[in-house]
Amino acid sequence: MSNSLDAYLILSGILFAIGSFGFLARRNAISMLMSIELMLNAVNLSIVAFAAFSSLPDAQAQGSVIALMVMAVAAAEATVGLAIVIAIYRNKKTPLVDEYDAMSR
Amino acid sequence: MRSKILPILLALIVLGAVLSIAGLMLVLLGQDWEDALFWILAAVMLGAALLVVTMRDIIRCGLAMIVSFMALAGIYVLMGAPLLGAAQVIVYIGAISVLILFAIMLTQTKDAPSRLVFQTQAVPAAIAAVVVAVLIALAVSATDWAELSERVRLATSVMSRVLFEQFVFPFEIVSVLLLAAVIGGVFLAKREPGGPS
Repeated sequence: MSNSLDAYLILSGILFAIGSFGFLARRNAISMLMSIELMLNAVNLSIVAFAAFSSLPDAQAQGSVIALMVMAVAAAEATVGLAIVIAIYRNKKTPLVDEYDAMSR
Repeated sequence: MRSKILPILLALIVLGAVLSIAGLMLVLLGQDWEDALFWILAAVMLGAALLVVTMRDIIRCGLAMIVSFMALAGIYVLMGAPLLGAAQVIVYIGAISVLILFAIMLTQTKDAPSRLVFQTQAVPAAIAAVVVAVLIALAVSATDWAELSERVRLATSVMSRVLFEQFVFPFEIVSVLLLAAVIGGVFLAKREPGGPS
């Protein structure tokens, strides 16, 4: 079972679904960022799984390199996202996204 | 202080015992070690991810996220990409999780955690997530992948050659992107001298 592509892809799909649920349902902005990290991890898992089971030469190495790039971009995204959350918190005094309603008044 | 450490130690011991008993049972049921490891790591990863999106205390969510990342690093090693597992531990557990925990500490209010964890759209979101998972599972199992029957273990030297020959331009671009993200993060989170406290 651990030697089939399907198992890894279904695992990745379930992880992505959990992350999307967290992104849609949580009220806290940092919880939403954590859910985005979960989704990025799911995508990474599927990239590595596709690469690991590919029959092309060098595909394993290419998949791992692309996953490394995704990790770097995820780090950049987390930095900027958390900085934005902190900047908003300094003005609004709350991390809850449904109280960010300055444009609805 | 000891009275606080003791329950954590007990919980860790119980967790380890449960995991090893589960592994032994899986092996006895006719699976080999790799399958048993895969099932345990997958269960730990999905369970921790569910805890991340459902728990009330956000610091515990962050710690559960670390557990989920660690199980995913184990899955990478199981898949034959050990360097990627190491990078997962260093980047996600060592950098991103610490960043998120610091942001949690900076944005925690003095009063108790909010009554409502979820927004009003939580039920439709749950339905949508389940539908997405089922659709992905159906599509994956219905497709006939032209896959190898046996996984290839990835040698780190091969990966480094691909990284620094074929992917050297994206590598440099990513370094510039990280620099820009660092500067942008510092600029955004910086306290302005005359601004609101």
